[in-house]
Amino acid sequence: MLARLNCLTTLSAVSPWVYGLVLVLCGISAVVLVVHLVRDQLVEDGMFLLLAVTELALLVQLVWGCVALAGTERDVEGTLFVSYLVGTTLALPIGAFWSLAERSRAGTAVVLLAVVTVAALEVRVDAIWAGAV
Amino acid sequence: MTQVGAPAPHALAVGWGRALVFGYGVFAVAATGRSVLQVSTEFDNAPLAYSLSLLAAVVYLVATTSLLLGGRTGWRVAGIAVCIELLGVLSVGALSYAATDLFPDKTVWSHFGQGYGFLPLVLPFAGLAWLRHTRPRAT
Repeated sequence: MLARLNCLTTLSAVSPWVYGLVLVLCGISAVVLVVHLVRDQLVEDGMFLLLAVTELALLVQLVWGCVALAGTERDVEGTLFVSYLVGTTLALPIGAFWSLAERSRAGTAVVLLAVVTVAALEVRVDAIWAGAV
Repeated sequence: MTQVGAPAPHALAVGWGRALVFGYGVFAVAATGRSVLQVSTEFDNAPLAYSLSLLAAVVYLVATTSLLLGGRTGWRVAGIAVCIELLGVLSVGALSYAATDLFPDKTVWSHFGQGYGFLPLVLPFAGLAWLRHTRPRAT
């Protein structure tokens, strides 16, 4: 029982800060993007900067996650975990470039979809790490 | 063939179609990843659910590709894929409530896509609306 508790505390060391940061950044981005959508404003540099910061956090998480996976003795679905980590890092760049070709409301919606995708994947990453596949 | 002033290629991935393609792309990747993993590692646990996962993946892939390619053929193929998708999400959604023993594990379409924020239910309607909007007009 004690060993299990101990294990639970160390496993949360995977990335609670990054996890929280990513979700907060996604939340802020999503709100700003919805405002943009309603006002019919285009996605500008400030937004892309915010997305870049989020992407950086996701890249840190990718490395961190792989290291933690290699170090853990628990039974984590490795392939699934890493594929989700990689997926989170791909969504924003693809969404950003995909939206740049469509400078309109629809382009803003693409970025919003990408942000929501990252948030959804992030929640799954955490669940997979916790073993609740 | 191309008339002067007429939009030459029958593009489907422009305007709101671009957002739609992104949504379909996300689901294509998600469903493919999920079904490949399910079918390759534990197919015997829930053959029906996993086969349906695979079908969903194929449908999303076909829809994404045909929307990206565009043209009259793309429009037609996308239409067929979206119709199968709508049929799939409605029937699997209903069945997963009515006959729970048939689905020991979830698919993308289980409970009308509840696990995916009901987006699998919204997507085919958005797709049909977009295809109606971009239908090839008789000249």
